[in-house]
Amino acid sequence: MHVHEKPIYESSHTVEGGNFDEAGKVASQIKANLKKVGLRKDVIMKAALVAYESEINIVSYAKKGMIQISVTAEKVNIEAIDEGQGIPDINLAMQEGYSTATSKIREMGFGAGMGLCNIKKFSDLFQITSEIGKGTHLKMVINIVNGS
Amino acid sequence: MDLASIVKILNLKVYSGMDKLNRSILGGYTGDLLSDVMANSQEGDIWVTRQVHQNIIAVASLKDHAGIILVHGAEPAKDTLDKAIKENIPLMVSEQSGFEVVGQIYTLIKGGGNNAVTGH
Repeated sequence: MHVHEKPIYESSHTVEGGNFDEAGKVASQIKANLKKVGLRKDVIMKAALVAYESEINIVSYAKKGMIQISVTAEKVNIEAIDEGQGIPDINLAMQEGYSTATSKIREMGFGAGMGLCNIKKFSDLFQITSEIGKGTHLKMVINIVNGS
Repeated sequence: MDLASIVKILNLKVYSGMDKLNRSILGGYTGDLLSDVMANSQEGDIWVTRQVHQNIIAVASLKDHAGIILVHGAEPAKDTLDKAIKENIPLMVSEQSGFEVVGQIYTLIKGGGNNAVTGH
């Protein structure tokens, strides 16, 4: 699919599970890089939010993960792939307010059960697949053309 | 109204980003849930929170906030302050409650009339 859409920017970032001290670092790098690419501000803000919530999910629930980003003239594609516990019930996980976060995670201001909802809300396309004991794979698209 | 005036009127203690206090403040957001702040705050906002963990700096930086006010005299964690200095984000502390801080800032920037900015 979309083989003819040549990326104008691509990058791949590893995220370490459990390391809350560095949480947000990858999203900051992605935001800075997208600024250099010269994308519209609203597109950058959406991509930064989607990358941030994906990063926090990996830090909170996975052993490790990867966030990949690829930008074409039409869209920003973001994928978050982790090796983690997986999500038993995706419909439940997508409900705002539902969370399996530990009290330690909540004390830091995370784990409010809003992350996946935010990702969906700020993406033009959102896909989630998960396998118990293996991990979770998120695919997001943010439109540049026809975006608002 | 610029951030320096808000600092003066509310008697805020400024920990970092001293050279960024000339930024004009048009709005703000209050909350301790980082996802809520990520989704609903706006660029240039002043963020009022009781959350002191270092991750608040990443959020403020990603959202281009004008600064963060910690309430109830909450001391920023050392890691939080280090990051605020590194990112050059104004990190401020008020001795007052979040309710009082937000109420005053709201009156200052949205109140309009002269009676709102007497500082008495």
